[in-house]
Amino acid sequence: MLPFLIRRLSGAVVIMFLIGAFTFFLFYSIPQDFAELACGKNCSPQNIAVIRENLGLDQPIAAQFRDFMMGIVAGRDFPQGHCPAPCLGVSFASGDMVWDSIIDRFPLTLSLTLGGLVVFLVVGLGAGLIAAWKRGTAVDKALSGASIVLSSFQIYLLGPIVLGLLVYSTGLMENPKYVSPFDSPGGWFLGMLIPWVVMATIFTAQYTRMSRSTMIEQLQEEHVRTARAKGMSRGYVFFRYAWRGSLIPIVTIIGIDLSSLLSGAVVTEFTFDLAGLGRLAVESSVNKDIPLTMGVMMFGAFFILMLNIIVDLAYAFIDPRVRLS
Amino acid sequence: MTTLTKTEGAGSAPTGSDPFLSVRDLYVRFSTEDGTVKAVDGLSFDLERGRTLGIVGESGSGKSVTNLTVLGLHNPKTTQIAGEIVLDGQELIGARERTLETLRGNKMAMIFQDPLTALSPYYTVGRQIAEPYRKHRGVSRREAHLRAVEMLAKVGIPQPKLRVNDYPHQFSGGMRQRAMIAMALACDPDLLIADEPTTALDVTVQAQILDLLKDLQQEFGSAIVFITHDLGVISTMADDLLVMYAGRAVERGSVGEVLRSPQHPYTWGLLSSMPRLGSDVDKALTPIPGSPPSLLNPPSGCPFHPRCAFPEQVGGGRCATERPALPEGRGAACHLTAEQQRTVFIDQIKPRLG
Amino acid sequence: MSENPTLSPERQDPPDAVGETLLSVEGLTKHFPIYGGFPFKRKVGAVQAVDGVDLTVRAGESIGLVGESGCGKSTTGRLITRLMQPTSGRITYAGQDITRANRRQLAPIRSEIQMIFQDPYSSLNPRQTVGTIIKSPMEVNGINPPGGREKRVRELLETVGLNPEHYNRFPHEFSGGQRQRIGVARALALEPKLIVADEPVSALDVSIQAQVVNLLQKVREELGIAFLFIAHDLAIVRHFSQRVAVMYLGKVVEIGDRDSIYNRPRHPYTHALLSAVPEVELAEETEGRERIRLAGDVPSPVNPPSGCRFRTRCWKAQDKCATQEPPLVRIGGNREGHLTACHFPEEPTIAARDEDVVLDPALAALEEATDTH
Repeated sequence: MLPFLIRRLSGAVVIMFLIGAFTFFLFYSIPQDFAELACGKNCSPQNIAVIRENLGLDQPIAAQFRDFMMGIVAGRDFPQGHCPAPCLGVSFASGDMVWDSIIDRFPLTLSLTLGGLVVFLVVGLGAGLIAAWKRGTAVDKALSGASIVLSSFQIYLLGPIVLGLLVYSTGLMENPKYVSPFDSPGGWFLGMLIPWVVMATIFTAQYTRMSRSTMIEQLQEEHVRTARAKGMSRGYVFFRYAWRGSLIPIVTIIGIDLSSLLSGAVVTEFTFDLAGLGRLAVESSVNKDIPLTMGVMMFGAFFILMLNIIVDLAYAFIDPRVRLS
Repeated sequence: MTTLTKTEGAGSAPTGSDPFLSVRDLYVRFSTEDGTVKAVDGLSFDLERGRTLGIVGESGSGKSVTNLTVLGLHNPKTTQIAGEIVLDGQELIGARERTLETLRGNKMAMIFQDPLTALSPYYTVGRQIAEPYRKHRGVSRREAHLRAVEMLAKVGIPQPKLRVNDYPHQFSGGMRQRAMIAMALACDPDLLIADEPTTALDVTVQAQILDLLKDLQQEFGSAIVFITHDLGVISTMADDLLVMYAGRAVERGSVGEVLRSPQHPYTWGLLSSMPRLGSDVDKALTPIPGSPPSLLNPPSGCPFHPRCAFPEQVGGGRCATERPALPEGRGAACHLTAEQQRTVFIDQIKPRLG
Repeated sequence: MSENPTLSPERQDPPDAVGETLLSVEGLTKHFPIYGGFPFKRKVGAVQAVDGVDLTVRAGESIGLVGESGCGKSTTGRLITRLMQPTSGRITYAGQDITRANRRQLAPIRSEIQMIFQDPYSSLNPRQTVGTIIKSPMEVNGINPPGGREKRVRELLETVGLNPEHYNRFPHEFSGGQRQRIGVARALALEPKLIVADEPVSALDVSIQAQVVNLLQKVREELGIAFLFIAHDLAIVRHFSQRVAVMYLGKVVEIGDRDSIYNRPRHPYTHALLSAVPEVELAEETEGRERIRLAGDVPSPVNPPSGCRFRTRCWKAQDKCATQEPPLVRIGGNREGHLTACHFPEEPTIAARDEDVVLDPALAALEEATDTH
């Protein structure tokens, strides 16, 4: 197991480097002068020259690349001050460190993701299990039907409806906002509740259908029948034998969903006017704030890599055939 | 002696004792999208402790379905069952699920065909063997583990104390089937149902497993229902034989009787379509024409009549209209008279078998 | 490994051969690499699926290839039809070395060597009609039979016992046995000289197997096609093949005419294999066959035993067997063409021994217990 982990982590470092290089050369191949972008409109040629020097844009591209990569590993100095590792550069628009901007937005994204995850895993998987257990009954049909209807919804449709009902017309709840859970756990919970539920609803439908179908598939497995032939009870067989096998595809999808949510839930954030990573990414690209866009991209790539490794570890944990091969 | 008699009131068995397992007029039907599958169509047989009943038939003959029904492992929503299955005086059809759970793996156990898919990949072999023992005997985890080691040793797994912690995929095919047998015998069941237990195995391993089953039966005294499509396997394993075709029993008797003086044209067909190590290679095989029938719409009368060479000997179109009954004890469900059966076999069939 | 061409110095065509040598393989080897290791994956070993097989197929004859799983019989079939590239060795067809032949060089030969597969369900394209399936080998090879391809397909359907009217039906409309007939018709479309049949009947019901075996026999006798008949069922191989090769862990351990292999076997493995076949005894009193029960399963072809590969399961094994690989030769007492790879061969009989050979420890223990009381 440990060699596996070491191999995967060292592989991840290599891939992160390649992603860094790819991002760098992708953006530097844009036929636009970064100094002009950084300077903004109505910028004097003198200012541009200063900015060019400050950002090191007057150096050869190889040297710039070296500085960029070294900055991520060891940090680098800008006229605005020292940028500690991992340094992703300085935002053109605000002049802030890119890393700081990302870290500033990250708690909201993390809260949104983890809270939503809890809701859609508990409700989604739970409903799927119940539907599989009660296969063919009215309960199954109701749950399956509801999941199909809900999965055709969109956040930007469901969000305003919920806001309209709970906030604007009845005033039962306040507009969603982010409060640090360390300052006010209750405020954090109430502030995030509507986004969680709305976002999770869409995902829940998908997880309900998937956990139902994989459970039904697993229940037909021969080893499940063997367990029944040994006299094990239906519930025992359902949870110990069938559920275990159905986890593999579910874990795969969770990994994919989590990594995309952690790099920003754009639609959810815009719908509820929350400032998370998704919004940061969109704003930075609209503003042509190249360092910020690159930073958000690499941050997202990091989560995708990490979650991939975690998912593989989860496979090994679930299935001894993976563990022992 | 196992009695293979139809019900004529209780206690008609020659030995005077009730059979250990008694199946009476069993009908099993599945509802599918295409219609109703008549998987088992009026099947009766008896089995006594310590005896082995071989059930031979091709795919779709109903042999596997019958035994899943005995264990109550069919899907109750899509399956309609009629008839009686009495195990040691207890009626199993309509029994509560709780009751069946206390019997399964305890009083009646099953060995499946493919041990790779029939064992869970997620748990150790030891745990899977210990599980029914813990449940049915109420012993501690440790005692159950020791039982698993003991059973693995009994079925010939080398270093059982170590291998008990292995997962099924770490076992070879033959070892997996041994583990499966260990699991089935862990609670010392009175009835063991073996569904094609050696079909997935190599021939040298098959020989080991068959001998092992026979030897273990001597020790455990279980009654065995042995299901297979292989007449060679059945002739080495079974005491009595039931030949099934299209969900019905078409012939029964002791193994020697059925294989050496078969009475049903289907049994003749099976024997003469199969080469043996000792048969004459210059004689062509005599296949059974056509294919096994669809159970959605089985042929009228005798289900074998469309593939049978002898309906005109019966005459009157009886084979297509009238369903032949399987007589009590030794006999075949065929309209040919006993005399006709004897002469056809001796004059036409036996010379083919070389 | 055993690239040694002197392995079978005795191998000569018997005088009354069925025909000339059509296909011969020498030292045929196929190793599948296994990758693994840390930190970088590299080749850490190989599955020695086929390891130095010598075999000849003569025109018009049927040679059977038997053995248990992992013995390499199917791989051998695929190598011969060039569906797989051998690791080493030589395949000669009609005097031409086709081991490394490329697509174009192979084209004329491809049509002469055809294959029939085990599973009649997955080996036919479900979206093509039977006519298209049987016709396509002719199209691919640009063959225009007199009267047109469709006429030829109808003839073929008739040859294999199917209704020519079923030309436009799809595979799912046929039963398993009928599908295997379609597979045979497809193989016959190019008028092959050799058919490699890989377990052609093992997926079929017992009552259907004989139909297909009889069809193959008819095809062989009437069209003079040679067969390499690969199967695990020893009785069917005996029925179909004039010569039989027994494989174990990638090697041929014994080869000879049918009577030699089935009645006068010399290799302990052949003895064990034959004695393991459950036989329907049709007569009350039959002379007993020997009873040999090996221990355990076939070892992994990744790390096959040194020397003689069967030695780990053999009751006659001695030190020599671990160090020296026995050559496949005609040993004393063998008929011509009967070759055995064994240092300590058995008596040429399959009659019951004074004492059964029971190597399986569990069986031995249980039988001892029952014998004592």
